[in-house]
Amino acid sequence: MKIPCPHCGERDVSEFRYGGDASRQRPAHGTGDLKAWHDYHFTFTNPKGPHTEHWQHVLGCRQWFRLSRNTATNVIAGVVE
Amino acid sequence: MTAFRRLPGGGRIDRSRTLGFTFDGQRLFGRPGDTLASALLANGKLLVGRSFKYHRPRGFLSAGIEEPNGLFTIGEGNRAEPNIPGTMVPLSDGLVARSQNAWPSPAFDLMAVNSIAAPILGAGFYYKTFIGPFRKSWMFYEPFIRKAAGMGKADAAPDGARYDVEYGFTDVLVIGSGPAGLAAALTAGRAGAKVLLAEQDSELGGSLLAETSEALERWRTDTLAELRSLPRVTLLTRATAQGIYDGNQVTVAQHVAQGQLLHVIRARSIVHAAGSLERPLVFSNNDRPGVMLSSAVRSYLNRHAVAPAERAVLATNNDAAYSTAFALAEAGVAVTIAEERMAPAGDLLAQAAALGIAIFPNAGIADTFGGSQLKAVRLKGRHSVTIDCDVLAVSGGWNPAVHLSSHGGIKPKYDPAIAAFVPGGFAETHFGAGGTIGHFGWQACVRDGETAGKGALAACGIGKSPRAIDPPGVRDDRAYGIAVSRDPFDVSLPGKAFVDFQHDVTAKDIKVAHQEGFHSVEHLKRYTTLGMATDQGKTSNVNAIAMMAGLRGIGPEAAGTTTFRPPFSPLTVGALAGRSVGKHFRPVRRSPLHDWHARNGCTFIEAGLWMRAWYYDWAGPTPETAYVREMELVRKGVGIADVSTLGKIDVQGPDAAEFLNRVYVNGFAKLPVGKARYGVMLNDDGIVLDDGTTSRISDTQFYMTTTTAQAGEVMSWLEYLLQCHWTDLKVHVASLTDEWGGMAVSGPDSRKALELAFPEADVSNEGLPYMGVKDIPFGGTTVRLMRLSFSGELAYEVHCPANFTIALWEHILQAAAPLGIRPYGLEALASLRIEKGHVAGLELDHRNSLDDLGLGKMAAREKPYIGKELRFREAMQAPDRWSLVGLEALEPGKKLRGASILFAADDEIKGHGRGYITSVTWSTELNRFIALGLYQGGLRHEGEEIIAAFPLKNEQVRLRIVSPHFIDKEGTRLHA
Amino acid sequence: MAKGYSVFSLLRHALKPDSPWPMAWEKPTPRSSYDVVIIGGGGHGLATAYYLAKNHGITNVAVLERNYIGSGNVGRNTTLIRSNYVIDGNTQFFEHSMKLWEGLSHELNYNCMVSQRGQIVLAVSPVQLDVFARRGNIMRLNGIDAELLDRGEVQKLLPYLDYSKDARFPIWGAIHQARAGTVRHDAVAWGYARAASQLGVHIIENCEVTGMVIDNGRITGVDTTQGRINAGKVGIAVAGHTSEVARMAGLRLPVESHILQAFVTEAVKPIVHHVVSWGAELFYLSQSDKGGLVFGGHIDGFNTYTQRGQLFKIQDVMQCAVSLMPFMSRMRLLRHWGGIQDMTPDGSPFICRTPVRDLYLNGGWCYQGFKATPASGWTFAHTIANDNEHDLNRCYSLDRFEKGRELDDYGIGNWTYKQ
Repeated sequence: MKIPCPHCGERDVSEFRYGGDASRQRPAHGTGDLKAWHDYHFTFTNPKGPHTEHWQHVLGCRQWFRLSRNTATNVIAGVVE
Repeated sequence: MTAFRRLPGGGRIDRSRTLGFTFDGQRLFGRPGDTLASALLANGKLLVGRSFKYHRPRGFLSAGIEEPNGLFTIGEGNRAEPNIPGTMVPLSDGLVARSQNAWPSPAFDLMAVNSIAAPILGAGFYYKTFIGPFRKSWMFYEPFIRKAAGMGKADAAPDGARYDVEYGFTDVLVIGSGPAGLAAALTAGRAGAKVLLAEQDSELGGSLLAETSEALERWRTDTLAELRSLPRVTLLTRATAQGIYDGNQVTVAQHVAQGQLLHVIRARSIVHAAGSLERPLVFSNNDRPGVMLSSAVRSYLNRHAVAPAERAVLATNNDAAYSTAFALAEAGVAVTIAEERMAPAGDLLAQAAALGIAIFPNAGIADTFGGSQLKAVRLKGRHSVTIDCDVLAVSGGWNPAVHLSSHGGIKPKYDPAIAAFVPGGFAETHFGAGGTIGHFGWQACVRDGETAGKGALAACGIGKSPRAIDPPGVRDDRAYGIAVSRDPFDVSLPGKAFVDFQHDVTAKDIKVAHQEGFHSVEHLKRYTTLGMATDQGKTSNVNAIAMMAGLRGIGPEAAGTTTFRPPFSPLTVGALAGRSVGKHFRPVRRSPLHDWHARNGCTFIEAGLWMRAWYYDWAGPTPETAYVREMELVRKGVGIADVSTLGKIDVQGPDAAEFLNRVYVNGFAKLPVGKARYGVMLNDDGIVLDDGTTSRISDTQFYMTTTTAQAGEVMSWLEYLLQCHWTDLKVHVASLTDEWGGMAVSGPDSRKALELAFPEADVSNEGLPYMGVKDIPFGGTTVRLMRLSFSGELAYEVHCPANFTIALWEHILQAAAPLGIRPYGLEALASLRIEKGHVAGLELDHRNSLDDLGLGKMAAREKPYIGKELRFREAMQAPDRWSLVGLEALEPGKKLRGASILFAADDEIKGHGRGYITSVTWSTELNRFIALGLYQGGLRHEGEEIIAAFPLKNEQVRLRIVSPHFIDKEGTRLHA
Repeated sequence: MAKGYSVFSLLRHALKPDSPWPMAWEKPTPRSSYDVVIIGGGGHGLATAYYLAKNHGITNVAVLERNYIGSGNVGRNTTLIRSNYVIDGNTQFFEHSMKLWEGLSHELNYNCMVSQRGQIVLAVSPVQLDVFARRGNIMRLNGIDAELLDRGEVQKLLPYLDYSKDARFPIWGAIHQARAGTVRHDAVAWGYARAASQLGVHIIENCEVTGMVIDNGRITGVDTTQGRINAGKVGIAVAGHTSEVARMAGLRLPVESHILQAFVTEAVKPIVHHVVSWGAELFYLSQSDKGGLVFGGHIDGFNTYTQRGQLFKIQDVMQCAVSLMPFMSRMRLLRHWGGIQDMTPDGSPFICRTPVRDLYLNGGWCYQGFKATPASGWTFAHTIANDNEHDLNRCYSLDRFEKGRELDDYGIGNWTYKQ
């Protein structure tokens, strides 16, 4: 799999660190109760299909970005702003 | 009498040279251009191995990668490789080959006794027996089964071959060098594309190599000459495309003299021109040495000049195989054709008649005769004649090589016109040509290749339109003309009719699988082991699928295929591993002080990826003795330790203080410049992520340290927060872990040591108080002095840019020499911190909360911090949580061990106990074993006597729960 | 106990080649309604059906499998069984599973080739040996066998490892569980299916669940590609597709689907006589009875439902293999494949009730689904039959993260993609 780093261009997946489901809404710092943080931290949509996720180009420019990838095919739609 | 002979002329062998090789210790000779298989045949070696289960005598079935029978251990000593098909090994001088799975030899194999028991060894027999008489009876039977199973013998010695991995990029990757592959490569090459062609054979040409037509040979040589003249075209031989992965990443494994080279290719487009594989026919005793695929017979004849001795029979269900019969007849072999159909195409009859070939129509093979070598065949049907012969060539049609095109998850589909599976489609940048997509015939393959080449160019965005390919000047082949007979697999016939040769799966086994309900092709495979041998069913799968479909009354298209998985053919593990093995596995991380340690009597120890200074010779010969002396040095004088492996992060920006204030549970907003603070950070879940000290260098700059183990994790976490969530904060972080080094100068004499080392600097208690930080100039660089202590003694950390560390370290050692300063290592560091009650990696194990570690009081009440909400989950606040305690051993003379399980004094010693020891050391101060541990209810039980059990060594020790701060509870030493 | 197979039945069939073997499991047409419907004809679903019938007398049960039985992870794992768990709850559950394994071939009248050849987990530092020792101590204290081995003892048992000074990670010792081992994975699915079928359970293949019928917070049936099937109770046991199936009931779970790759070499004569695991990296290897070396590593590390692994991970696992066992270099990889793991934040599973009444969940198995199969079926059957958890699976509840009762056996932290 090749991942399009928005800064460096396409690179092998092995240069990246995965950061999980990016569609989850992280409660703003200092807000949110235990339930909100639980749901954010511990539950996942985990779709078989389009998935927005965090990646970091950890062996490159170290930029974090959001990527849209289809989990049924591994086809990458592109970087999501 | 031998079944094969070498022809005096013809073939692609070099008769001017002789190559010597040995087979099972016997010295034999062949020619350049031979494969091991063709050379063995030329030497009359027909019987070359035994089958997996019944140990039936076997000879070569094929001349290619699909070979199920002729497997050898090739090479000797540390270069011996088991299970290599002799058909794929180019003959070389001095080659050593041994047969497998036969004892003492393939000709006289004692395990052939299995054949006698065959009636009970049918499909899945082992699931039905070896069950009793006892519950664990399989443990009795298993060693016998294991010994009988397996093919070649693996040597336990390290591998002597060399491997490397080469990463490459290409516009067009062409898989296969038959007419389709060559045409595709030439089309793409002429347009200026970067082309890589991978051919598994040692010669280029694919099916063209088994032809004798001058026109075809001219086309092949002309095409190759032009390809070789194109600078952007690379042609690889003995290079097998093994797997296709996401993003058009292809592994191509190439055999080279010293071992193998794995090409990992990123291709913008891929042309699949892998050709097709002939499939055998299924009839009684279809496995005798001498029964061979018709394509193999033709290849041995035309390419290697090895012909059947006198007489051959061809059994076929298609027109394509007739060319083998004609080639044999032209070479002077008497040929008879057993035609499964009523008749072949009309012109074939005439051609056969002209060559004196008798054709028996509507007559498959009923049975074969002979022992270790085929002697005769009996025809099926009303003829029922028996024909003496040396060789039986069989052709059940052709299976397109759909393997690689299926790796991306596209399932093959059945094409009734050729009675075989073809690719179910291609990914966007992939193109198929020739036999791979079920197109046969020279003209068709070349046209396909050209079209695929153009498609590949378009996929690469290369607009240039290349000159058309001149097709070979031969009449195109006739139609393939296959007709699968209505009842090809009559399981009532006597004897064994093999479908999977290597795994000895017979037509009867398929019938049994059907009876028992193993109908899915996957169940069939798994129940009978069909297609699971080293050839992965290349000759057997389609026949088996057709048979099962027939038994189920459905078509092969409904039955489908099993999943095609990489690699295409067995691939050496070493080739995939490349050079990152042994000492090159996981690059070693070394401190900038590493070389000094190495020169000065240090013993190192692996700590994660780091190589760390463990202990020094001056203190003793073993870690057990050395660390005690090193501890005494720090407690009584002054020592110096390398702490460069700590994570070091530069945090800068106007919002740096606010950022740290959010990340750490304790406050950092008001940390004064020139001060350091110990901080703990949590993950979102409220579990402790890491700890360390962070110093404020200026209003907008902080210097953070992390634990060695979590350095990378924390760095990414901070970047994640800043880049993904707190984008409004004006903060940048940069890792200094490799750029800066650090050393701890510890012990009551440490201030004196620094005074001697840095006479210009004020390191008095007032000038550099506890947790004070200052940068001083030294030797042309900046040295950062931080009054921190991990050991509990008066101590300093001295950090500086990495390339100055050795000079600084040596300077301190020299300047403080009058104080008796010496280095101490990791073992002493870790023990000193236990005495002080500092938590470290063994306590920060991703399971413990702030409260578990006795650090709950550190957390700010008012300000928010990461993990604050989930820290207060119900069970994490339970009063009986296991939390940090100090432990001191009460039984002198008994060793206290880490990993001991803790029990209250009157508990029964079983279950999970009330906690465990995380870290243990001998305390030089207390003259006994002390430990840190987690205990149910924690320090509420301070003073209680408990038990540490270590059942693995049947040991128990009495302990007392004490404060984890074993020394200097008041901190007078720190503040001295 | 199931019946019908023995050396005598084999001889009888050998002498009378025309007498057909019976179907291993029946292939009935589905009824319109069952007391219990299990979604998923893998090891866990089939075992659950068997124990519902055997232990609880509930035989009006259907197992619905969208493909062929055993087509999921029970047919694509590395076949290891062990009970070396340190966390209270995990320890007892996996030991219960081990005890069921030990009698399984007998119980099912089907040779599952339960091979207790022992597992040796190699420590690469004194600290790691301590961590393993804690595990071993807990095992001993719970009546489970465990031995601590020093480097010399390891070298005697596993002479083919790299003990040279060039070894990147030296071997300090190991923990050895002699009762651990391997089981012929497919046979587990077939054995449970056959035994359940003999007790009257319906096994319906090629029947995909497409929806759940939920009425007032209670499930009453499922829609399938073979029509609606009503059910008194429904159990989910679909491993990698847990999130997708649970979504049909409106549930959002602490589960992510990740790919775990596995590898097998060509068959060779016996050379590795144990299950060998490494502490330097997640790496484990054993030799099948057929002779192939079967091994694997860590998940690829990002969620996916494709059963295709990434090459970098394949290279990584090969490097582990060669670095630990230099002889592996000359072995030839025959096949590699991927299975979809239902990863949870703490690496432990769910066997529990759900917020939907009469709907039960069995999932989140991460790496350990295969070795758990018997106990998973045993306890899930109990939970379904009694609408309550058994002591053995009480800790595997869905609300444990909300309560702060994570079961992180390896101390990895709450990350699905790191567990």
